[in-house]
Amino acid sequence: MDLSTTYLGLSLPHPLMAGASPMVDDLGTVRQLEDAGSAAIVMHSLFEEQIAREQFGTLRDLELHSNSNPEAASYLPEPNEFALGPDEYLEQVRRIKAAVTVPVIASLNGTTPSGWLAYAKLIEQAGADALELNVYEVATDPAQTAAALEQRIADTVRAVKAQVKIPVAVKLTPFFSSLPNLARNLEAAGANGLVLFNRMLQPDFDLEQLELVPRMKLSRPSELLLRLHGLAVLHGNFKGSLACSGGVHEASDAVKAVFAGASSVQVVSALLQRGPSFLKHLRTGMAEWLERHEYASLRQGLGSMSLASVPNPHAYQRASYMRVLQGWRPDSE
Amino acid sequence: MDTPRMVTLDGNEAAASVAHRLSEVIAIYPITPSSTMGELADEWSAAGERNIWGTIPRVAEMQSEGGAAGAVHGALQAGALSTTFTASQGLLLMIPNMYKIAGELTPFCMHVSARTIATHALSIFGDHSDVMAARQTGFAMLCSNSVQQAHDLALVAHAATLQSRIPFLHFFDGFRTSHEVAKIAKLEDAVLRGMIDDAWVTEHRARALSPEHPVIRGTAANPDTFFQAREAANGYYTSLPETVQKAMDLFASLTGRAYKLFDYEGHPEAEKVVVIMGSGAETVQEYVDWAVARGERVGVLKVRLYRPFSVQHFVAALPPSVKSIAILDRCKEPGAPAEPLFLDVAAALREAREEGWSPLAVEPRLIGGRYGLSSKEFTPAMVKAVYVEMDAPKPRRSFTVGINDDVTGLSLVVDEAFDLEPASVTRCLFYGLGSDGTVGANKNSIKIIAEETPNHGQGYFVYDSKKSGAITISHLRFGPEPIRSAYLIRTANFIACHQPQFLDRFELLAEAVDGATFLLNSAATPGEVFGTLPRPMQEQMIAKRIRFYTIDAYKVAKESGMGGRINTIMQTCFFAISGVLPQDEAIAAIKHAIEKTYSKKGDLLVRRNFEAVDAALAHLHEVAVPAVPTTDRRRPPTVPDAAPDFVKQVSALILAGFGDKLPVSAFPPDGTWPTGTAKWEKRNIAQEIPEWDSALCIQCNKCALICPHAAIRAKVFEPSKLEGAPSGFASMDYKGAEYKGQKYVIQVAPEDCTGCTLCVQVCPAKDKSNPKHKAIDMVAQAPIREREVANFEFFLDLPEADRETVKLDVKGTQFLEPLFEFSGACSGCGETHIKLLTQLYGDRLMIANATGCSSIYGGNLPTTPYTVNKEGRGPAWANSLFEDNAEFGFGMRLAVEKQAEQVRELLVRHTHLLPEALVHGLLETTPQDEAGVRRQRERVAELKTRLAPSHDPASRQLLELADHLVKHSVWIVGGDGWAYDIGYGGLDHVLASGLDVNVLVLDTEVYSNTGGQASKSTPMGAAAKFAVGGKTTPKKDLALLAMSYGHIYVAKVAMGAKDAQTVRAFQEAESFPGPSLILAYSPCIAHGYDLAMSGEQTKLAVESGYWPLFRYDPRRLELGQSALALDSAPPKGDLSRFMGNEARFRMVEKQHPEAFKHMLAEAQVENARRYAAYEKLSRLEASAPAVPAVPTTTTA
Repeated sequence: MDLSTTYLGLSLPHPLMAGASPMVDDLGTVRQLEDAGSAAIVMHSLFEEQIAREQFGTLRDLELHSNSNPEAASYLPEPNEFALGPDEYLEQVRRIKAAVTVPVIASLNGTTPSGWLAYAKLIEQAGADALELNVYEVATDPAQTAAALEQRIADTVRAVKAQVKIPVAVKLTPFFSSLPNLARNLEAAGANGLVLFNRMLQPDFDLEQLELVPRMKLSRPSELLLRLHGLAVLHGNFKGSLACSGGVHEASDAVKAVFAGASSVQVVSALLQRGPSFLKHLRTGMAEWLERHEYASLRQGLGSMSLASVPNPHAYQRASYMRVLQGWRPDSE
Repeated sequence: MDTPRMVTLDGNEAAASVAHRLSEVIAIYPITPSSTMGELADEWSAAGERNIWGTIPRVAEMQSEGGAAGAVHGALQAGALSTTFTASQGLLLMIPNMYKIAGELTPFCMHVSARTIATHALSIFGDHSDVMAARQTGFAMLCSNSVQQAHDLALVAHAATLQSRIPFLHFFDGFRTSHEVAKIAKLEDAVLRGMIDDAWVTEHRARALSPEHPVIRGTAANPDTFFQAREAANGYYTSLPETVQKAMDLFASLTGRAYKLFDYEGHPEAEKVVVIMGSGAETVQEYVDWAVARGERVGVLKVRLYRPFSVQHFVAALPPSVKSIAILDRCKEPGAPAEPLFLDVAAALREAREEGWSPLAVEPRLIGGRYGLSSKEFTPAMVKAVYVEMDAPKPRRSFTVGINDDVTGLSLVVDEAFDLEPASVTRCLFYGLGSDGTVGANKNSIKIIAEETPNHGQGYFVYDSKKSGAITISHLRFGPEPIRSAYLIRTANFIACHQPQFLDRFELLAEAVDGATFLLNSAATPGEVFGTLPRPMQEQMIAKRIRFYTIDAYKVAKESGMGGRINTIMQTCFFAISGVLPQDEAIAAIKHAIEKTYSKKGDLLVRRNFEAVDAALAHLHEVAVPAVPTTDRRRPPTVPDAAPDFVKQVSALILAGFGDKLPVSAFPPDGTWPTGTAKWEKRNIAQEIPEWDSALCIQCNKCALICPHAAIRAKVFEPSKLEGAPSGFASMDYKGAEYKGQKYVIQVAPEDCTGCTLCVQVCPAKDKSNPKHKAIDMVAQAPIREREVANFEFFLDLPEADRETVKLDVKGTQFLEPLFEFSGACSGCGETHIKLLTQLYGDRLMIANATGCSSIYGGNLPTTPYTVNKEGRGPAWANSLFEDNAEFGFGMRLAVEKQAEQVRELLVRHTHLLPEALVHGLLETTPQDEAGVRRQRERVAELKTRLAPSHDPASRQLLELADHLVKHSVWIVGGDGWAYDIGYGGLDHVLASGLDVNVLVLDTEVYSNTGGQASKSTPMGAAAKFAVGGKTTPKKDLALLAMSYGHIYVAKVAMGAKDAQTVRAFQEAESFPGPSLILAYSPCIAHGYDLAMSGEQTKLAVESGYWPLFRYDPRRLELGQSALALDSAPPKGDLSRFMGNEARFRMVEKQHPEAFKHMLAEAQVENARRYAAYEKLSRLEASAPAVPAVPTTTTA
C-alpha cells in the first residue's frame, strides 16, 4: 500500500512520526524510533523561557556570591567549556542528525518575536530539516486583545521565516476564535505548515497545600476529535501542510487524521505507553485498513473527510454541537 | 627579545602560571590567600593545558597541607617535577616534609602567598610570620614584591632549584600581591624553555627511586654519623647565591627585566637605607624616588634571596656611604632581641667588619621596626616616619610603624597628611555590595584599560568580613607608568557609591581631591538627589567642588532585563564620566568585554548587557550642586547609645571603618573579647523582611526554627505584660492547652533580618481566600522599619519562657532564647543548627569550633553573634585550628570532667564546710534536665554564698571550681572539610575514646569558606573546585564509619526535611553518656541555587535517598532493640530531580552529558545500596535484651 505523503515539502514514505517528547533526549530511543519506521523525528521544544532562565538563572547562581568575600572570589569552578542555553539542544540536533537518516524536525517554543529567535538560525545550521514553532501561550492580561495576540504570533512566524530557509510549521493551541482566519494570516506570514494541536497542560490543584502543581497526563483517544475537527476545517483553506498531533492511539485514528486533512500524524502518548515499536503496528494497521477498503493509496483519502469534501459539512458546524450536547448522558462516554 | 604580551592578572595567577607550566605533579590543598593558585592549576589541567614539555600536569587535592607536602615529597622521590601552593598554618603543616625535602637535596619549588599565623586571633591577611617560621628548614627563600615579580621570580626559583638541587620557597605578600590585579608582561613558554636546561631534569630523574637502580633514602642515622652527613650539603648552599644570580642574569637577557639578590635603589651616596622584603619595598622605593629627586641621600635595599642569606652580596649591595640602616620586618617574634631580618643584617654587617672586607665607610647605626602585620597598611607617610626616625639624635632601636602603640610607646609618629601619588595616576574608589557585582566589573575595567590602552592599571579590593550583605571597596589606579603603590588609595579623583544606603554609613568623600567626580546610584531624581546626602557630605561636596553624577541603576537594570544586576550599568557610567578613556572607545571596549565574558554562556546575556550599556548612558545625569547645604540631617550613630562602653568605644569605630586608628590600649592583650555584640550592629541589609499576620498564624514556630540569624522569634507571655506595648505591637491568644490564657507573638528583628525568605517558604499557614498570602509575607523593610524596631525592643523585654516547662519539640524549643544571633553568615545559610544548639544548651555550652565558615561568622571581629541570657550566661566559644578541632574539644571535655571530679573530691573531703543536705544535694545528681540544672545552680549559689567569707584554702578552691558541679555541654563544631578531611584522624580518635563529647558536623559537602573546593563529603557527580569535571567517587559515609565502633551515638539530620528528627537528635546526642556525632545537611551557596528554595530541595535530598535520615543510639541495644532507627523512607523517584536544581550538578551535565548520565546512574545505585545497608543494620537487634540504663526514645 502506498502510504507516502508530503509534509512541509519533505517526501515521506508514510505520515506517521514520533511527535515532540522527551523520547528524543536519548539517542538509543531515537534509533529505536527510526527502526520502528518513524517517518521523521520531531524534537521537543527549546523554550524561550528556558533560554532566558538557564542563562540568567545559572548566571545568578554562579555570580551572585562571587567577588564578595576576601577568602573566595567564587564558590563554584569555572570550566572553560560550559555553555548555557541552546548549545546543548543544538548539540542534540547534531547528534540526532548524525544518528538517523530520516528528517529531523526541531522545535522552538516562544511567544515574542524577540532576540531568542536567533536560535532558529542556529537550529537550521545544526542540521534540522524543518522547524516546528510552538506558540503555546496562555493569555492572562485583560489588556491584551485577541487580535494583538494573533498579530504577535504572525510577527513571530515572519521573524523566524526571515532567518531560515528550512520549512517552518506552527504548532497551535485549539483556542482561537477563528482558526481559519489565523491560519490565513500565518500562511501570509510564511508558515509552511500547521500542527493541530498543542496539548494544553494546565496545572492541577493541590487542595491540601493550596498550590498549583504541574501535571503531565498522556493523551487519550477522545482528544482526537478536536484535532479532526480542526484539520477538517483548515484542509483546503490553508495552502501548506497540516499535521495531526494528539489523540492518535490506533491505526484507525491515524486514518481519520489523514482523511481530515493531515499529511503527517504525530504520535507520542501511545509510544510512551507501548514503546517505539508501536509505530510499526500503526503503519501496518493503516495499510491494512486501506487495503481492506480498497484504497489505491493513502493520498486518495487525504482530506476526504474535510469540511470541503465531506458530504454533510453542516455536521462540523453549530447544529452538530447542539445535538451532541442534548443527546449526551453520563453513561454515554 | 620580542615585545612581551601584556596581560592583566593577580599575583596568585602570575605565580601559578609559571608553576603549572614547569610541573608534572601538583598536590594542593585550599587555604586563603593561596587557594586560587591551586584552583587555577586544577582548572588549567582540566582544560588540557600542557606544561613546557607537552604533557598535562596531574593535579591532586589532598586532605591537608601536611598531606600535600607528603605527596610532593613522594612525587619528587619518584622523579617528577612537582609544586604546591600554600600559606600560613598550611605552611606550618608542611614544615616536617620541608626539612626532609631539603635534607635530601631535592629540586622543588613551592609558592606561598605569605599570611599571618594565628596567635591571639586568626587573620587571613598578609605578613611574613608564616614564611619566617620556615626559614630554618633548609629551603631557599625568594621574595617577590609585586605581581610582575611573582611571575618573574617564580621562574627564577624553578630554574635555580633544578640547577642547584636546593628546594625553593617562593613567596609574596598575601592579598597585597596575591590578590592585586595588575598589568604585567607575560612570560611565554619560550622564555620558560630558555631558563630551564633539560639536563637538570634528566639529572633529577636519574636520582629518582627506581627498582632498576635501587637506592635507599630516609634512613635512620646515629650519633656517630648524623652530624657529619648534615654538614656534607654545605657546598650546595654556599654556591646557591651565585646560581640564583646567574639565573636572574639569564632571565634579564631573555626578558630585559633585571633582578639582583639584593636590589639597591636610591641615592648612590645614601646615608640612610631601609632594608625590607615584600610589597612594602615598592612603597619604600616610591618614597625614595620622591626624596632623592628632592636631593635627599636615602635609599632602599630590597631583599630578594632571603635564604641562603648571602652576606657578601648583601654588604656589597649597600652604598658604602650608609650611616644608618632601618630594617623593617613584617612579622613579630616575641622575646627575640630583634626580628629575623634585623638579626640577619646585624650578623652580616658584623661578619663583614670583623673579617675586614666591609666596604662601608662607617659602622652604620641599626634600628629595626615591625610594620604591616595582617596586611596593616604601609604607606609612604609611614616610610617617611622611618627615615625621620633615622635622623633622630637617639633613634629607637626597636619600633613599630603604622599603629599607635600607647602602651609600650614603640610606634613612630606618622604625618598622615603626607601623600606623594603623582598627578599622572588616576585614582578611583568604588563602594559596592558583594552581590551587586561591583568588584567583578572593576576587575573587568582594569583589563579594558590595561589591555586596550598603553596605560598601566592596578586593582585592589577590600571586603568586610560578613558573608551576607558584604561591603566591597575597590581601589583602582591607572597611569602611564607601572604602579608601585602597594597601599590603599588615600586621595581619589573618582569616587562611586553603588548603594545609596552607604551615604549614612561611610564618609564617602573623605578621600576626594578637590574637583573630584562623585557618582551615586540612587532612586532619587537628579533634582532631589543632593537633598538625600547628609549635611557633612553636602558641605564636603561644596567645599571640594565635586562634580556630582547620578543614575537610578536598579531601575535601568530592571528595564533592560538585567534583574538586579547593576554592574554593567555602573561600569558604563564610570567610563562615561571618569575620562580614563574616550567614551566611544570605552563603550566599544565594554561591549567587547561583555561578548568575551558571556558569548560562551549565552547570547541572550550578551544582548541584554548591551542594552543595559546603552540604557545607562541615557539615564546618567549630572547634578547641579547648590552653593549651600540644603539639609541639617547628619549620619546616624554607628551603634545606639544604649550599647555598652566597649562597643561604643571600640567596636563602633571598627564598624565605621576607623579600626586602624584604635590604639594598642584599646585591645585585650590575649585575644579575649566580649560576646553578645552582634546585636549592636544594625546592618539593615534586607530590602524586604517578613511581616506577621496573627489572623492566619497556626503557632507552629517553624519560621523561628528555620531562621539562620535568629531574626524571627516566638514568645508566650502573660497578657498583663502587654502593658506599655507600642501601638503597632501584634499578639494573639495562645492556641494550645499548655499556655492557656497566655499571649503569643512572632516578632521580626527588622534591622538584623537578611531577607532570605526561608521563614516565608516554610510557613504552612495560608489565607484560604487568597493562598498567596501567608501568616508571614515579605514586605518592604523601609516603611515598617521604625514600627518594628520599637516592637522588637518591646519583644526583647518580654519575659523568656520557663525553660523547665517548655516542651522540647520543634515548637517548644523556639520559645527558648537563642544565644546565637545576627551572625554574618550568608543569607539563607543552612548551618542553622548552631542557633538550635544554643537554644537547647546555650547557658552551659562550650564550643570548640573548627576554622571555617562557622568560625568566621561565629568569631570574626568586630562583633560576635554568641550572646548571653539575662543571667549573663551563654556559650563560651573558641577556635583553635582547622586540623585539631576534635582534639581541642576533647581537651575542653577532659578539663571540664577533671575539674568536676576535683570539686566533688573537695566536697567529700570538706563536708564540714557546708550543711550536710547541701553537700548531699550537690553530689547526688548529675543533672540532665532543665529543672535539675536549675536546682543544682541554686545549690551552687548557696555554696558560694556560704563560702564567700571564708579564706581557708579548701573553701577558696571549692569556690573556684563550684561551677563545674553543673554539667557543661561540650560541643565540637565544624564543617566537612574539617570532619571528613583535615581533622578526620583526630575526630576518629576522639570518637573512639568514648569521652562524652558532642560533635556537630555542618555538612555543606565542600570547603565553603575558602570557595567551594571538593572535600571527601562532596557527592559523586557534583562539580566543585578541584573537581571541575564532577567528582567521580562517592561521598564518604562518615556516619557508617562512626557506627562501626558501636559505642557512638550517630545521627544524620536535615532540618529542612524533618525538623522534629533534628530536634530529637540534638537532645539524644547531648544526653548520650559517650561520644555523639551529628551530621547536619547544610544547604550552601556553593551548591548553586537560590537558598530560599532550600527547604524544598532538602526534602528532595531526603526523598531521593541522597541524604537518608537516621539515628544510631547504642542505648537502644540495652533494650534489645536495634541501635539504628531509620527516619526516612527508602529512596523514591529520580535523583536527577534533586540534582537538576543545583548548578554544581548541572555544570557537570552541561560539560560532559554522557559522563554525567553515568555518574547519576551510579550515584542512584549507591544511594539505594547505602539505604539497604542501613535497613539491614536497623533490623540488627541486640542478641540478648539487657536492663536499660538510660531512658530511650523511639523513631520519629
